[in-house]
Amino acid sequence: MTEKKLTKGNIALAEGSIQAGCLLYFGYPITPQSDIPEYLAQNLPKIGGTFVQAESEIASINMVMGASASGRRTMTSSSGPGISLMQEGLSYLAGSELPAVIVNIMRCGPGLGGIAPTQGDYNQAVHGGGHGDYRNIVLAPGSVQEMFDLTIKAFELADKYRNPTMIIADAMIGQFQEPCRLTPEKPVELAEKPWALTGRKGRDPRLVKSLYLGDYEQEEHNLLLKKKYDEIQDNEVMVEMKNLDDAELIIVAFGTPSRVAKTAIGLAREEGLKVGLIRPITLFPFPVNEIYEHSARVKNVLVVEMNTGQMVRDVRIAAHKDAAIHFYGRPGGGFPFPDDVLNEIKTALGGGPR
Amino acid sequence: MNAIFKRPDSLTNAPTHFCPGCTHGIAHRLIAEAMDELGITDRTIGIPGVGCCVFLYRYFPIDALEAPHGRAPACATGVKRAQPDKVIFAYQGDGDMAAIGTSEIIHAANRGENITVFFVNNAVYGMTGGQMAPTTLLGQHTTTSPFGRDFKSEGYPIRMAELLATLEGVAYSTRVALHSPKHVTQAKKAIVKAFEMQIKEMGFSVVEMLSTCNTNWRVSPLEALKTIESEMIPYFPLGVFRERTGKDFL
Ligand SMILES: Cc1ncc(C[n+]2csc(CCOP(=O)(O)OP(=O)(O)O)c2C)c(N)n1
Repeated sequence: MTEKKLTKGNIALAEGSIQAGCLLYFGYPITPQSDIPEYLAQNLPKIGGTFVQAESEIASINMVMGASASGRRTMTSSSGPGISLMQEGLSYLAGSELPAVIVNIMRCGPGLGGIAPTQGDYNQAVHGGGHGDYRNIVLAPGSVQEMFDLTIKAFELADKYRNPTMIIADAMIGQFQEPCRLTPEKPVELAEKPWALTGRKGRDPRLVKSLYLGDYEQEEHNLLLKKKYDEIQDNEVMVEMKNLDDAELIIVAFGTPSRVAKTAIGLAREEGLKVGLIRPITLFPFPVNEIYEHSARVKNVLVVEMNTGQMVRDVRIAAHKDAAIHFYGRPGGGFPFPDDVLNEIKTALGGGPR
Repeated sequence: MNAIFKRPDSLTNAPTHFCPGCTHGIAHRLIAEAMDELGITDRTIGIPGVGCCVFLYRYFPIDALEAPHGRAPACATGVKRAQPDKVIFAYQGDGDMAAIGTSEIIHAANRGENITVFFVNNAVYGMTGGQMAPTTLLGQHTTTSPFGRDFKSEGYPIRMAELLATLEGVAYSTRVALHSPKHVTQAKKAIVKAFEMQIKEMGFSVVEMLSTCNTNWRVSPLEALKTIESEMIPYFPLGVFRERTGKDFL
């Protein structure tokens, strides 16, 4: 079925989770993501699923841990302040190699901040936030359709690698409506989980843990995790690339800024300025090779973010050493507009690095 | 010849990591005996808190999930909601349950989660080396209350069994002690009953066990047993504080 329905981003995500076979949701209310628990509170019981409004985000993520250890697809969602509270649990999920999907519909901070869209939680999602040496898989939808499709993908990746997978979207993507196909592109498959805790009947007892006290045990465990993260980096990069063939400048942006960038690229091309786009869809794994190759040729990169420059560091590391890296950021409570981005393009092409 | 006393099937023969004189081992044995008697070992999932109890999986040959410090009741909630047909127990110390995990225990209890929690109250943080716990007695010396716990600055010891008993979701809340054969027998009955409550889907059940930590109390094992009787029981009275008899209680 290809029929599209006008759908809000958060609802597309919630429906995506149901279609991915997630029957257990645990969460705590916070704007601008509360449509997700509200939708699931309505709809999960109808299909024999479980919705629990936990007493806090700390409890939510630990309930997720229990459901995940049971071998079930499970999810929680929140926004900045709540995701901060989940960091302990996220570290435990990663350390215990438990799959789960964690959604952050980002609002602006620090602190209580505001409820306007931002990408201020990039570092927290991509570079840890919890203690210890671990990585989350991080997906960044750029449309309502991707809120649906990437939710299904998030469950797939989480199970495949036994790793927490985060979906981070700014409040804009969560809150606006677009036509969306609310059926999966391919049938959803649920794999066996031979590690799940289901009672020892007919087999040896199983254990899910993250404590390693013996000599070298923790090191060995961390090196195994590292191997897994390398595999993810090698195999799971998703990236949208547009107008790169003749480009003289590349914009790197994800989420709402990537859409603003697309409009700005149109305006620039009308004026004869050759600009292309690299949009990371996975933030970990990061499209390192793609950025390296194209920046080597194009030499001018403009990173547009809704923060004060978090992804720009990853772009700098990935980019060719001769590429000039420019940055334009709005940290939330205000928006990058296409004209602003166009001005930045012109400055970058006219001047050197800032 | 009939064996009249043997190791329960639900207890492994792993050498214990507990200090000599510690009553965690007794609590473990009683839980194992109860699992044997009820025939639930094949479908039980244990969730230890962080502290001396964390190595639960070494001693019980059952599926186990290691929870973050204090969060075992939330983890147990997730497991039980995913698998209502399994028997789920959390095993927590006093720091775990009555300090960092207060919110998780109160709300799991209040939701009436159909799980069982074993609460080992030794009035001190054992594993981290004898710091003050929420259950540390007034006047008790610990490494972080070196002059004796003073209610003016450190508040009063928390009575968890009574506190939880006030919540409607709780089916069974009791306090027992592990310092004498008579008390151990009573503790065993309470543990069996708590499991039975869960099996009958009556709601949340909790068994608080007054326990020793002779190492951190800096007394001999025998003196520690006496301390339970002379110091702990007067402040933490034994008894059943809530026991539901029917499922429809409101
Ligand atoms: C978030 C967090 N804070 C602190 C610790 C350190 N810690 C480990 S065990 C423990 C105390 C446990 O005491 P209790 O629950 O009374 O159990 P016991 O060791 O006495 O059996 C603490 C504070 C931790 N592991 N995690």
